[in-house]
Amino acid sequence: MLWAEGLRHAFNGGRVVALDDVSFSLTAGQTLAIFGPNGAGKTTLLKVLAGLIRPQAGSARVAGGRSAIGWIGHQSHLYGHLSVRENLLFWASLYGVPRAARGARATDVLARLSLTDRAEQPAWSLSRGLVQRAAIAKALIHDPQVLLLDEPFTGLDLAAAGELRSLLGALRGAGRVVVLATHNVDEGAELATDVAFQVRGRFVQYEPRGGRGPAEIADAYRRAVGETGGGRHA
Amino acid sequence: MRELWRQAWTIARKDLTLEFRSRTAIVSALVFTALVLTVFNFGRDPTAVSTLDLAPSILWVTFTFAAMLALNRAFQLELENQALEGLLISPLDRRSLYWGKLLANLAFVVVVEAVGLPLFVLFFNVAVGHVLLPLLAVIALATVGFVAVGTLFSAMVVRTRFAELLLPVVLFPFLLLPLTYAVQATARLLAGRPLSEVVGWLRLLAAYDIVFVAVASWLFPYTVEE
Amino acid sequence: MTIAQKGRWLVITGLVLLGGVYVRALAFTPVERFQGPAQKIFYVHVPSAVTTELAVILLGLAGVFYLFLRDPRLDRFAESSAEVGTVFAGIVLTTGPIWGKPIWGTWWTWDARLTSTLFLFFLLMGYQVLRGAITDEGLRARYSAVLGICAVVLVGFIHLSVYLFPTLHPQPIVLKPSKPSLPPEMLLTLLLSFGVFLLLYTGFVMQRYAIATRRAEAFHG
Repeated sequence: MLWAEGLRHAFNGGRVVALDDVSFSLTAGQTLAIFGPNGAGKTTLLKVLAGLIRPQAGSARVAGGRSAIGWIGHQSHLYGHLSVRENLLFWASLYGVPRAARGARATDVLARLSLTDRAEQPAWSLSRGLVQRAAIAKALIHDPQVLLLDEPFTGLDLAAAGELRSLLGALRGAGRVVVLATHNVDEGAELATDVAFQVRGRFVQYEPRGGRGPAEIADAYRRAVGETGGGRHA
Repeated sequence: MRELWRQAWTIARKDLTLEFRSRTAIVSALVFTALVLTVFNFGRDPTAVSTLDLAPSILWVTFTFAAMLALNRAFQLELENQALEGLLISPLDRRSLYWGKLLANLAFVVVVEAVGLPLFVLFFNVAVGHVLLPLLAVIALATVGFVAVGTLFSAMVVRTRFAELLLPVVLFPFLLLPLTYAVQATARLLAGRPLSEVVGWLRLLAAYDIVFVAVASWLFPYTVEE
Repeated sequence: MTIAQKGRWLVITGLVLLGGVYVRALAFTPVERFQGPAQKIFYVHVPSAVTTELAVILLGLAGVFYLFLRDPRLDRFAESSAEVGTVFAGIVLTTGPIWGKPIWGTWWTWDARLTSTLFLFFLLMGYQVLRGAITDEGLRARYSAVLGICAVVLVGFIHLSVYLFPTLHPQPIVLKPSKPSLPPEMLLTLLLSFGVFLLLYTGFVMQRYAIATRRAEAFHG
């Protein structure tokens, strides 16, 4: 459902390498966790997958195009003066959710994320954690086949983080593809079916998780990152 | 095709909802218009120059500045929470984004003009009743001209550091043309010249609109792609 | 020879030839009946105006090609053309008043050529101000291309509107070098001058392009 082939991209006249020959593909039900220090190129990779950045070399494709993608990134993409529900309805409309279904879908997704009692509040009045939850709701409203998440646990309290984890697990069970990028190994390790370590644009390791726990993966990560000289650590 | 319009309309409706809910921009624009008209009043000597001679210039300079204010805010709406990024990730057609913004900008400027024109008539005692329809046509066509190019440029300058300063500098040469046509047409209308003398200017305005809406909507995707 | 060196040679040649054109203009071309010797500035003024417009048209075309090909060299050319065009616009805007004062008695007049060149000058200024405000090269090149294309369409529209709507009161914004029927010696001098200015334009653009290339290399290296 998702293919990346020979991706290369650099910023600042070639001095900052964000993607260095990255290739992989994912099928239904796979969750790829990409771990890497800040500046490793994780966000760039996600942006290329989302179609935001045209890579300088190589190509990436998602089956179903933009309508099949749900994005959760650093910014919530919410409009402050619209209520949570209005935001969801707006984005649902852009993603082609039929008018008749929009209201029901919004209600449903609000319930799933425990936002029902905040639905009519303007987005600017929400706390950071609630904003993140609303952003997740927005990403799910059109029932995407592929979810791209960039540091999604930032700003979430323990309870909310747990909810997000179970939500992602449910999505995996439902056959969706999830790509999760984070610098924190503990957050993503349990969810993943496959694990990649990205350093300075390159996948220095890419393999199935194979039943390893977060501690083992953290070890492998430190070894991989240490070997290649690492980058800036979070 | 219908999908493009539907998306454009969704964008326009969202923009207008935001605009009229927060109200700051529209109120500022209206007050600004009234202020500019007042400045013009104090900036002239009514005994030395007849109002009718100056009227077209006063009206159109005021509308030009008002349009500039309106255009500046168009893409700033998308800066909060990086909504523009979200729009680009979505399946929204880039041209629909342009059309949606264009429609919203037009609505905004029309509201300002709808208040500005009566104020102008009031302050300067200019009789427009007998030429109202053609005058409205001139205003409509010129406004489309201003907003067509302005929407394109405002998308570009929003990413630069001095957006509010940059937009006028880049945009004014393009506004000079519809401005000239509009002033010529308005002057003739207010002076009671026959409609046949005005039609040519209306055609020029229409031609400008068609050309620049087409060019701007073709170029717009290039301003928002990464 | 590098581009910069070739450019320098062209400029030197151009300036020498310009001198030659002026010798011809002053000594061998008849003095204009009504305007007297001051009219001779015409041979610098008119070609400068045409060169300014040429600079704008070329930078717009470079913009179109850039959007399709994404070759940074096209953007460097556009940048160079804009700067050189500004210089020529400056020449028009200074020689105009110098010519105008003895003939019309005023320093500035809103005649067709001066107005349209002022207009082009503003377009070029806006173009360069926009460029100055963007640090990312790719973005700057793309936005410049967009603005350049709009500028060319605008210039084209102005020309066309004169042909399609000739009955309207002649607008001040007309870029049509008024060509009264010139006696053959004057026409020849004028044409020679055009050629020289083309040489100068090319030479200056080449030198400026070389600077742009040097800068890009320094940044990437």
